[in-house]
Amino acid sequence: MLYSDKVLEHFAAPHNVGELPDADGVGEVGNAKCGDIMKMYIKVDDGKISDVKFKTFGCGAAIATSSIATDMIKGASIEDALKLTNSAVVEALDGLPASKVHCSVLAEQAVKAALADYYRKQGVDPTPIVGEIGECEACHNL
Amino acid sequence: MMKRFVYADNSATTKISDAVFNEMLPWLKEGYGNASSIYALGREAGFAVERARKQVADALGAQPSEIYFTGCGSESDNWAVKGAAHKLAAKGKKHIITTVFEHHAILHTCQALEKEGFEVTYLPVYENGIVRVQDVENAIREDTALVTIMYANNEIGTIQPISQIGALCREKNVWFHTDAVQAVGNVPIDVKEQNIDMLSLSGHKIHAPKGIGVLYMKKGIVIPNLIDGGGQERGRRAGTENVASIVALGKAIELACEDIPGRIAKVSPMRDKIIDALSKIPYSRVNGDRERRLNGNVNMSFIGAEGEALLLSLDLAGICASSGSACTTGSLDPSHVLLAIGLSHEVAHGSLRITINEDNDQADIDHIIQTVPQVVEKLRAMSPMWEDLMKNKKEVKL
Repeated sequence: MLYSDKVLEHFAAPHNVGELPDADGVGEVGNAKCGDIMKMYIKVDDGKISDVKFKTFGCGAAIATSSIATDMIKGASIEDALKLTNSAVVEALDGLPASKVHCSVLAEQAVKAALADYYRKQGVDPTPIVGEIGECEACHNL
Repeated sequence: MMKRFVYADNSATTKISDAVFNEMLPWLKEGYGNASSIYALGREAGFAVERARKQVADALGAQPSEIYFTGCGSESDNWAVKGAAHKLAAKGKKHIITTVFEHHAILHTCQALEKEGFEVTYLPVYENGIVRVQDVENAIREDTALVTIMYANNEIGTIQPISQIGALCREKNVWFHTDAVQAVGNVPIDVKEQNIDMLSLSGHKIHAPKGIGVLYMKKGIVIPNLIDGGGQERGRRAGTENVASIVALGKAIELACEDIPGRIAKVSPMRDKIIDALSKIPYSRVNGDRERRLNGNVNMSFIGAEGEALLLSLDLAGICASSGSACTTGSLDPSHVLLAIGLSHEVAHGSLRITINEDNDQADIDHIIQTVPQVVEKLRAMSPMWEDLMKNKKEVKL
């Protein structure tokens, strides 16, 4: 597997690992069957993501995409966090092998799932804002 | 402290040994003649090829005329299985028996033959990873052309009852092929005594270079030529001989087979030490029969730690190993071998294969035993799957 140095860097020392006991939103995506589970915790203050942590079961790419995605949304406004795409994650990691692109999709979905949970806890229906968080296509084909 | 480097992926490939390298080197330099040429330079190369053929034959209990050099183990497998199928189809025999956990060189070949209209029976290998002779017997039909069953599995190292299957096939008059790529040098093989009609092996698993293999074909087994061309390999697999690699393979198999009990006595205690130590990790399991397995094979699963992440972490600690997780197979499904012995996807994703050999020493083993538990713990600490398991939110059958 030809990983970029950036992927290996984030794998070896992932950023923002852990849990937030007082999280305002928690999202979990993926499943054990396909081998990747990402769980993301966010804390929201004044419309900004003031803190974020993650836990991931998965390969090197899954851990690296989680790590960099948390970096990318930490301190960002909710609006900007919602705009995080999987291709931005791939780019930030200096690329991913083709068979690992689904990990970046999972990272995007984990962020969206955490935000959806945040809205739900605020009594707001998240679907019009966050959209449907579908199954990752790769898993879907299993 | 210097970072320790431990190569523990010897089922993937092995280091070319000094003895083999020294043997092949002259044939890359001054001995560059074409083995088919008439002058001394060519004749010497030709003699070297025939010496190597004899070394291979002696190691297997075969005749030199029954040894064919090929490009790799996969080529030998393809030639044997497709060749036998096509040969015997003319006699109305279009049924092949194999197992579910063969190497892909066999499985994908069988699938290709199914597309051509052949019927293939894939026998189960049960939780211990060993095929049952009774199942083979039950599967044999009037139109069975070939039984092809690996000698030892490449992932979990389980050794199959080859002698019994050979005797059965002889009795039933069915051709028997075995992929012995992982077995050569680790178990004593005698193709005559064991009634093996065809056998595949590969050089790079026994300290020869990559790109050289062998197909043993018993006298009387005639299948279509693999490569038509010149008269090399008695016209059945044409192409100018890869003299240096053939010489290397000859030397390598001689060395690999000269003291198999000695190798087993040296390596299997190291294997057992690793298995015993890593079995202390909670929620772990050993994959495949503990007794009937290759002397250097460790295959275990650690729930909640994903295989590829394990490998990358071990690499950071200087250890080369492999895994059957989906992420390492290049697909989303974990290894067919681990699924074949009944593992769930969850357990198969957390698998680790360590394959040691006589080049490894106690310090290597200690480094492995020290490092693996740390790495598993680190990955579990960040694993939501492990968290759920610890909070009893999830049940996993080991």
